[in-house]
Amino acid sequence: MNIPMSDLYVLLPEIFVLTMACIILIVAVYIPKQLMELNYHLAQVTVIGAAILTLTNLTESSSIVMNNMFIHDPMSILLKAFIYLITFTVFLYSRQYLRARDLYKGEYFVLSLTALLGMQIMVSAAHFLSLYLGLELLSLSLYAMVAMWRDSKQASEAAMKYFVLGALASGMLLYGMSMFYGITGTLELQKISEVIATGKIENTLLAFSLVFIMVGVAFKLGAVPFHMWVPDVYQGAPTAMTLFISAAPKLAAFAMLMRLLVDGLQGLHTDWQGMLMIMAILSMGLGNIVAIAQTNIKRMLAYSTISHIGFLLLGVLTATKEGYSASMFYTIVYALMSMGSFGMILLLSRAGFEAENIDDFKGLNERSPWYAFIMMILMLSMAGVPPMLGFWAKWSVLNQVVASGFVWLAVVAVLFSVIGAFFYLRIIRLMYVDKPEDLTKIVVAADMRIAISINGLGILALGLFPQILFQLCMNVF
Amino acid sequence: MITLVFYCLSAILVFAAARVITVRNPVQAALFLVLAFFTSAGIWLLLEAEFLAIALVLVYVGAVMVLFLFVVMMLDINTDSVREGFARYFPVGGLVGVLILMEMILVLSSTFFNKKAENISLDVPLVDNTTALGRVLYVDYLYAFEIAAVILLVAMVAAITLTLRNRKESKRQYPEQQVKVTRAERIKLVDMTSDGN
Repeated sequence: MNIPMSDLYVLLPEIFVLTMACIILIVAVYIPKQLMELNYHLAQVTVIGAAILTLTNLTESSSIVMNNMFIHDPMSILLKAFIYLITFTVFLYSRQYLRARDLYKGEYFVLSLTALLGMQIMVSAAHFLSLYLGLELLSLSLYAMVAMWRDSKQASEAAMKYFVLGALASGMLLYGMSMFYGITGTLELQKISEVIATGKIENTLLAFSLVFIMVGVAFKLGAVPFHMWVPDVYQGAPTAMTLFISAAPKLAAFAMLMRLLVDGLQGLHTDWQGMLMIMAILSMGLGNIVAIAQTNIKRMLAYSTISHIGFLLLGVLTATKEGYSASMFYTIVYALMSMGSFGMILLLSRAGFEAENIDDFKGLNERSPWYAFIMMILMLSMAGVPPMLGFWAKWSVLNQVVASGFVWLAVVAVLFSVIGAFFYLRIIRLMYVDKPEDLTKIVVAADMRIAISINGLGILALGLFPQILFQLCMNVF
Repeated sequence: MITLVFYCLSAILVFAAARVITVRNPVQAALFLVLAFFTSAGIWLLLEAEFLAIALVLVYVGAVMVLFLFVVMMLDINTDSVREGFARYFPVGGLVGVLILMEMILVLSSTFFNKKAENISLDVPLVDNTTALGRVLYVDYLYAFEIAAVILLVAMVAAITLTLRNRKESKRQYPEQQVKVTRAERIKLVDMTSDGN
């Protein structure tokens, strides 16, 4: 019953990230203040190293190792690859902002890397235990990151809300998991699906337990009616942390949804389809409508996140392979767009000033035509205007929804998207039509300027050739 | 012989547990709780659950109760004020007690828990339970165990990050500067005209 060494080989990226996080923890204590940059470089090396380790161990089939707790399959590799890419870019974007606020410390990188480790574990979870522990590792790191800016009262409040509601959600999820354990007698997702497939278990019992799992997952995703924490946390947290929370963890949350509902509870899809449908419609409706009334751009983007989550759920609820890959495509595209948008907010912020109101984008075209152009691409993509990448993401999801026979659902989704387009276009109008109020020169480091340009242009370029990314998502299922 | 030891330990346990809630002095109550833990550890030993017994003594007696005793000794708790309002809260407390009793009767008298008794496999491996627990923790669930360890590390890092800050107003000594101090920095001789004489 011993664990073979070959299992550890599959686990290399995770082991590497953990080791490097511990090294940074020690290094950060002993290096003098002048060498603080070393932490940043070590963290970036960690992400790149993990990416190399993951991408050199490609696989076509799925294998389950570590006593059935860790799954190594094409989906986990693709999601991990994008998680690395996003984490790398997030570190790059956050640098200037954190330095100006005295948050550029070793702890930030340690906690980010443990969050990354949590995401890796969630993405490759084949067992209730590893899924839950990965989720807790991610969440705990995020709570601490939100609270890290001690001088900001808002950040502490946001962290408190995030922590209390997050703990509640974890409790719900755990409760659901314990009930499934009681019913099926196993914690392994694959075995649970086998037990359910036998059809010997009363459906009411399974559906009842499923409700708790769904509540927990919906909380973590931020789907209505479990969305209350999203706007407060997005607004209150330091923007660099909001950037972190809004991008990569969404991919991990998607993986969690897939692992639970598809790997484990595929047999109950008639039950979860209805639940997802209600949450999808409510999320798209509330997210898009409430976002219109916001004056704080971080809060507006939080509501936009909620509406995007609704869209993501649409793909999953079709319960077909094509639907899952469309959803995955949507999640990746959303994470890239969200990363760019929060990156722009970081770019306009400077020491002692937070560019968090929509009015701060007024007349951006006069201050810097290039950044206004990048922001325009991001907003158009979020709104789903062709030929941006966001359009193709929405299109592929709607395509699958219609193919599964939910034409009315697709119509509802399109209607809400049109409502949602309003507040994205309003930002563009502010940037191009209004006069700037704040004429401070925008000072940006070269690496960030290049990264955000690639981010924006990438969304445009991939929008012109959406097949590249879409094919990748199609191939994993 | 075992039965005799069991009854002895049980009698001490019941006595100690009863004294915990009846004794007036909180320090004595805490010490009776320690006694209760020791005797229940002894009962577990009789059941050949040696790991649980050791863990109970180490964790509860060694760590938790010592901490508890410190707190009790440091805070001067007035036991009379704690006992006030007993009659007032009795109905609510009594109701909760009766409810718990009813639930226990319902659960224990129903056939729900007896039903699956035959499904429990009895082919337990012939090792002591410390070894068995070790195998489960460090072999079967090694991966989960390691992640749990990382979570504890993160909790520690987070707690220190959130509480440690260099406060400017806090005063501290710098011995190396104190040693280097010269007479000129500390004493200033001022010429003063003495009046009177």
